[in-house]
Amino acid sequence: MSSKPLTLAEKLWRDHLVLKGENGAPDLLYIDLHLIHEVTSPQAFDGLRQAGRDVRRRDLTIATEDHNTPTQDIHLPIVDPTSRAQVQALRDNTREFDIRIHSLGDKNQGIVHVVGPQLGLTMPGLTVVCGDSHTSTHGAFGALAMGIGTSEVEHVLATQTLPLQPFKTMAINVEGTLRKGVSAKDIILAVISKISTGGGQGYVLEYRGSAIRSLSMEGRMTICNMSIEAGARAGIIAPDQVTFDYLQDKPHAPQGADWDQALNDWSELTTDPDAVFDAEVFIDADTLDPFVTWGTNPGQGVSLMDSIPDPDSFDDPSQKAAAIKALAYMDLKAGTKMKDIAVDTVFLGSCTNARIEDLRAAADIIRGQVMAPGIRMMVVPGSQKVRLQAEEEGLDKVFVDFGADWRFAGCSMCLGMNPDQLAPGERAASTSNRNFEGRQGKGARTHLVSPMVAAATAIRGTLSSPADLEQ
Amino acid sequence: MEKVTQFTGTGMPLKISNVDTDQIIPAVFLKRITKTGFEDGLFANWRQNPDFVLNNPSYQGAEVLVAGSDFGTGSSREHAVWALRDYGFKAVFSSKFADIFLGNSGKQGLIAGVITDADTETLWEQIEADPAAKITVDLPSQEIQVNEVVVRFEIDEYTKWRLTEGLDDIGITLQSEDAIAAYEAKRESWKPKTLPAKGV
Repeated sequence: MSSKPLTLAEKLWRDHLVLKGENGAPDLLYIDLHLIHEVTSPQAFDGLRQAGRDVRRRDLTIATEDHNTPTQDIHLPIVDPTSRAQVQALRDNTREFDIRIHSLGDKNQGIVHVVGPQLGLTMPGLTVVCGDSHTSTHGAFGALAMGIGTSEVEHVLATQTLPLQPFKTMAINVEGTLRKGVSAKDIILAVISKISTGGGQGYVLEYRGSAIRSLSMEGRMTICNMSIEAGARAGIIAPDQVTFDYLQDKPHAPQGADWDQALNDWSELTTDPDAVFDAEVFIDADTLDPFVTWGTNPGQGVSLMDSIPDPDSFDDPSQKAAAIKALAYMDLKAGTKMKDIAVDTVFLGSCTNARIEDLRAAADIIRGQVMAPGIRMMVVPGSQKVRLQAEEEGLDKVFVDFGADWRFAGCSMCLGMNPDQLAPGERAASTSNRNFEGRQGKGARTHLVSPMVAAATAIRGTLSSPADLEQ
Repeated sequence: MEKVTQFTGTGMPLKISNVDTDQIIPAVFLKRITKTGFEDGLFANWRQNPDFVLNNPSYQGAEVLVAGSDFGTGSSREHAVWALRDYGFKAVFSSKFADIFLGNSGKQGLIAGVITDADTETLWEQIEADPAAKITVDLPSQEIQVNEVVVRFEIDEYTKWRLTEGLDDIGITLQSEDAIAAYEAKRESWKPKTLPAKGV
C-alpha cells in the first residue's frame, strides 16, 4: 500500500471502495446507513417494484416521517389529502419491503437528521445517505454523509452502493474562541458568506481548528448541516472524545469488544498531518459576531452589527444582479442596519437548530422575558424525543409562558410542506437553513439566524443579539 | 432509459443566476407520489408574473434552457429534473450547476451541460434575436449549434456514455454483485444495524 498522506474524506472514500472506476467511470462505494423519508422515496419504491427488485439491506435502512407531518393535533388524520397520501405511501412501502419506520406519534419520529444521531445509528467511519440535501449533518461524526436524489435512493435500496465521482477536499479552518452570544450557526453562516453558495461545489468540506474542536456534537451538526448551502457535497469533522462521549450511551452504539474495536478504528479517522487539501479557508472565531442573512440565498449574509450591503459593492455582475433581485423580494434597502429590521415571526426549528441544546439556548434567553408585541413565535423540536427531553427540563413551560407555540416534531416551517407556513409578505427570523424565495411560504421573507438571535429577536421585535438585551 | 444523442429544438433564455431547486419546483408540488406530471410545478411561483420568460409566447415549446450560473442549488429534490423534463426541456445549459442537480439530471436523460459565461451570453443573444431559431444539441460531439454559432459544452464522460447508450445505472451496478458481496463479507462488526431495533 502506498503511504500517501490522506485527508479524512479520502480515507473514508478508500475504506468504502467496492470497485475502483476505470476509464472515467465512477467509483462504486458501499453505503453503511440509508435514511428514508416520505418525500423523496415513493418513486424509488415504485422503481423497485417495476423492476422486480428487492431491498438489499433492510438492516442498514431506516425510515421516518418528517416533511409533511403536522406539528399539532397529531392524533388526527393529516388534513391535506396529498400530504396524507405521501405519508401513507411511506407506511405502505416500508411495510411491503419490511423496513423499520418511526411514524408520527412514535418517540423516535422526527426530522430524519435528528433521528439518526439520537438513535446512535450515525457514527464515525460510515457512509450515510438520504434523499435529502441536509444529510451532510451526519458528517459531524466523522462520517461521509451525502444528500442524494430519488434515482439514487432506488439505487441504494437495490444495491447498497452508489457510483460516485471522487470529490475535491477543502479545509475550513476556524481558530479561536467564540464570544458569548455567538454560536455554531454564526460560524457556518460566515463560512457560506465567505465562499458563496457555489464555492463548495465538487468539494467535501472538512471543518477544523480550535473553535470546531470546542463545539459540542450538536454544534458540529449545525455546521455540517449547512455545508450544502455552500454547494458542497458533504461536510465533515474528525471524531474525537466529544464524539465518543456523545455516542457511548446511545441505543445503537457498539457494545463490548465491538466498542473497543470501533474506538480503535475511529482513532485513525483524522487527516494525516502532511495531507494536502485542494483548497483552504480561514475564519477567525475570536472576532466573529452573530451572523444573519439579508437576501434570498444563504450566502447573502452579514454580521448583525452591519448594514445591508449596496448591490454596487459587488464586483461580480451576477452577484450584483442577485443582490438587486433579493432586496426587491425582501423589501429592503441597501444601507439599512440589520438591527433595524422588524420581523413578524420567529421560527425555532429545523434539522439545523432544533436539538435540545438549541432549545436550551433560546429558553435561557427568553426565560422571564416578555415577547415583543405583534410577534408570533413557533418552537418545533427536531424529534419527539427532543420534545420529551425539553418537557422534562421544563423548557416547554418557558416557551409557553413567553407566548410561543410549543409544537410536535417535524420539518415544519423550514419548508412549509405541512400547514406551518408564513403568509405572503410576512418576515421571519428563522433558525432554519434556507432563505430562498417562497421557501417558508409563498411571498415569505426569511432571515436566517442562530437560536440565540432568534430568542433575542422575539423579545425586541427587531433582529437582535442577546447582548442587546443587556443595554 | 431511452438513448440520448442529438436533437433539434428552440431555446429559452433564463437570465437569472443562483436558481435554486425551490424556485424550479416549490415544495408544495413535491407531495405527489408519481414520477410524471410535474410540468405545472415548474417555476410555479415565478410563472405568476406575466413577464416571466416561461409566459412569453415566443418561447413556447422550447427544448433548450440556457440559464445563469449556479443552477439547481439547494434541495436535492429530483422533482426539479422531472419538472423540467415534463415541461419539455431536453437540455439545460449553465456555467455552473449544483452537484446533486447534475447527478439527478444524468439519471433522467436530461442533458445538463456546462458552458462558459461568455457562451451563455452568446446563446442568450442568439435566442433573443430569433426565438424560433433552431438549436441542435449533439451529445457525442458536445456541441450546441444555433445559426452559424457553435458552442462546446462539458459533461462528464461517464454520464455521456450512459446517456448515449441509454443504460440503467442499477443494472450496471448489479453486474458487480460479487464485488459487493465480497465487500460485505469484510465489513467491520461494530458498524450499526437498524435491525433489530433498539431504543424504541
